Amino acid sequence: MADVKKEKKKKGLYKTRELHVMLLPAVIFTAVFAYLPMFGLIMAFQDFKPLLGFARSKFVGFDQFSYIFTMPSFRQAFVNTFIIAFFKIILSILVPLILSLMLNEVVKSWFKRSVQTIVFIPYFFSWAILAGMLLEIFAYDGIINNVLQSLFNIEPIAFLVSNKYFRTIIIASDVWKGMGYNTVLLLAAITNVDAALYEAARVDGASRWQQVLHVTLPSILPMVAVLTVLGLGGILNAGFEQILVMYNPTVEKTVDILDTLVYRLGIAGHQYSAAAAMGLFKSIVSLIFVGLSYWILYKKSDYRVF
Amino acid sequence: MKVKRSVSFYIYQVFNTIVLTLMALSCILPILHVFAMSLSSSSAAMAGRVGFVPVEFSLKAYEYLISKKDFFHSVSISLARVLVGTVFNMAIIAITAYPLSRSSRQFRARTAYMAYFAVTMFIGGGLIPTYMVIKNLHLLDSFWVLILPSAMSIWNVIIMMNFIKGLPRAIEEAAFVDGANHWQTLIKVILPMSKPSLASLLLFSMIGHWNAWFDGMFYMNNPNNYPMATYLATQVINNNQTMTNMTPEQLALLSSLSEKTVRSAQMFIAIIPILVVYPFLQKFFVKGITVGSVKE
Repeated sequence: MADVKKEKKKKGLYKTRELHVMLLPAVIFTAVFAYLPMFGLIMAFQDFKPLLGFARSKFVGFDQFSYIFTMPSFRQAFVNTFIIAFFKIILSILVPLILSLMLNEVVKSWFKRSVQTIVFIPYFFSWAILAGMLLEIFAYDGIINNVLQSLFNIEPIAFLVSNKYFRTIIIASDVWKGMGYNTVLLLAAITNVDAALYEAARVDGASRWQQVLHVTLPSILPMVAVLTVLGLGGILNAGFEQILVMYNPTVEKTVDILDTLVYRLGIAGHQYSAAAAMGLFKSIVSLIFVGLSYWILYKKSDYRVF
Repeated sequence: MKVKRSVSFYIYQVFNTIVLTLMALSCILPILHVFAMSLSSSSAAMAGRVGFVPVEFSLKAYEYLISKKDFFHSVSISLARVLVGTVFNMAIIAITAYPLSRSSRQFRARTAYMAYFAVTMFIGGGLIPTYMVIKNLHLLDSFWVLILPSAMSIWNVIIMMNFIKGLPRAIEEAAFVDGANHWQTLIKVILPMSKPSLASLLLFSMIGHWNAWFDGMFYMNNPNNYPMATYLATQVINNNQTMTNMTPEQLALLSSLSEKTVRSAQMFIAIIPILVVYPFLQKFFVKGITVGSVKE
C-alpha cells in the first residue's frame, strides 16, 4: 500500500519535472531582479554608504523616515502626486468615454475607423520622443505661441517654466497620449450593447440622446467603474517617466512628484537611504490603495485580476 | 416634429465630425510639424516660419546626423536591444506561461509558483535598492542591463497563460496520448495555436524595447552606451536644466541657438519604426485588449 503511494508520488514528480525546468529561468530572473531589491530595502533603515555596503552600514531605525517627513519638498511632492494622478485618472476615463460615445454616433464607418486608428498613435510613442515634441510645440518661440500671437494677438507665454500652466500641460498630454486605449476598450463595450434594448427604447419614443443616456451609459457603466477603481489604485503613480523627462527646476512647486523626488534625492543627492525610505513609504501607501481597489472590485463586481 | 428631429440630428452630426476631426488632428499635426521642421532650413525653423509643410526644403539636418554618427550609434544599440530583448522576453513568456496554464490538479506546485511571481506585481524594491543590486551584479554600463531586468514580465506571462487556458484541451491531450512530452507539446502544439497572442506580445515587446529610455539613463554612466530613446531623453532633460532661471528673452535665444531641425530629424527617425509596425499592431491589438484585459 505504502509502496503504491510512493510509486504514484514518484510518477507524479516525474511528470511535472519538465514543468519545473521550464519555470526555472523565470524563477531566477524574479529572484534576482525583483526579490533581491526587496531585501535591499533594509537600507531604508540604515545610514547606507556604498563603500560599506549593506552589511557594514550603520542601522539607524526609523531616523530616515522622520527625516523625510520633515522635508518641505516631500510634503509638496506628496500633494502634487495626488493632484496630478487624480486628474489623470479621472480624465483618462472621461475623455475616452466621451470620445467613444461620439464615435458610436458616427454613420460613416471609414471615418469612425480612421479616427479610432489615429487617436491610438500617441499611445505607442515613448515619452522620450513625445516630451521632445511637446516641449518644441509649447516652447516660447514654438508653434502654439506663434499661432496664438498671429490669430489672437496674445503675447508669447513661457508655458514650460510656468507654475500656472505646466501642470495642466503634464496632465493634458498624458490623457492625450493614452486616450486611444480606453476609447477602443469602451467602444467595443458599446458595440456589444444588445440592439434589442435600443429597439425597445425607440418604441417607447426615446430620442437619440435619451437612448445614450438610458441605454448606452448604463450598459457600459460596470466597465467604466472597473476602469476607474483600477485607476484609483494607482493614485501615487503620477507618471514618473513623463515628469522626469519634462521636468525643469522652475516648476518644482507644481509638478515635482514622489518618484522624481526619490530619483533626485538618491541619484543626484546621494542620499541613498533617505531616497529608499521615501520609496518604501510610497510603495506601502500604494499597496494599500491597490489592495483597496482590488477588494472593492472583488466585492462589487465579478472582475478578477487572476 | 419629424423634420425638426432630423435637423437637430444633422447639427449633432456636424458637431460630432468637427470635434472628432480635431481630436484626430491633435494626434497627427505634431508629427507633421516635426517632420516639416526636419526638412526645413534651420533659419526658417528658428524664425518659427515652419508649420506643417517644409519651408526652404533642406536635407541638412539628416546629413548632419549621418556625419555626426553618435545618434546612429545609439540607434544601433536600440536595434540590438529590440532584437535580443524580444527574443528573451518571448522565450520566457512561452516557457513560463505553459506550466502556469496547467491546472493545479495536474501540476500541484502551480499555486506556489503563481504566488511567488504575483507578489512582484504589488511589491518591489523601488528605484534605489534596485540600482544597488544592479551595481553589485556589475551590470552597470553593460548592454545586458537593458535586457535582463525586464526579461521576465509577469503581466505578459499572465496574458499568455490566459490565452493558453482558453485553447481546446483535446488537441494537447491527443499529443500526450501519442507520447509527446511537455516540451514537444509546447513547441509543436501550443505555440502554433497561440499565434495571435504571440504576435501581439511580440509587437509590444519590440515597441517596449524601442521606447524604453529610463533604464538606459539610470544604469549607464557612459553616454556611448545609451540606446536611442535614452539619447533623445537626455537631450531633452539637459535642455530643461539650462532653461531654468532665464528670462523669456533668454529662453527664446536659447531655443534658437540649439538646432531645432536636427532635433526634429532625430524625433522623426525615432518614430518611423513605430509608424511602420503600427498597422500590424492595430490589427492584433484591438482584438487583444478587448478580449484579454477587462472582462465584464
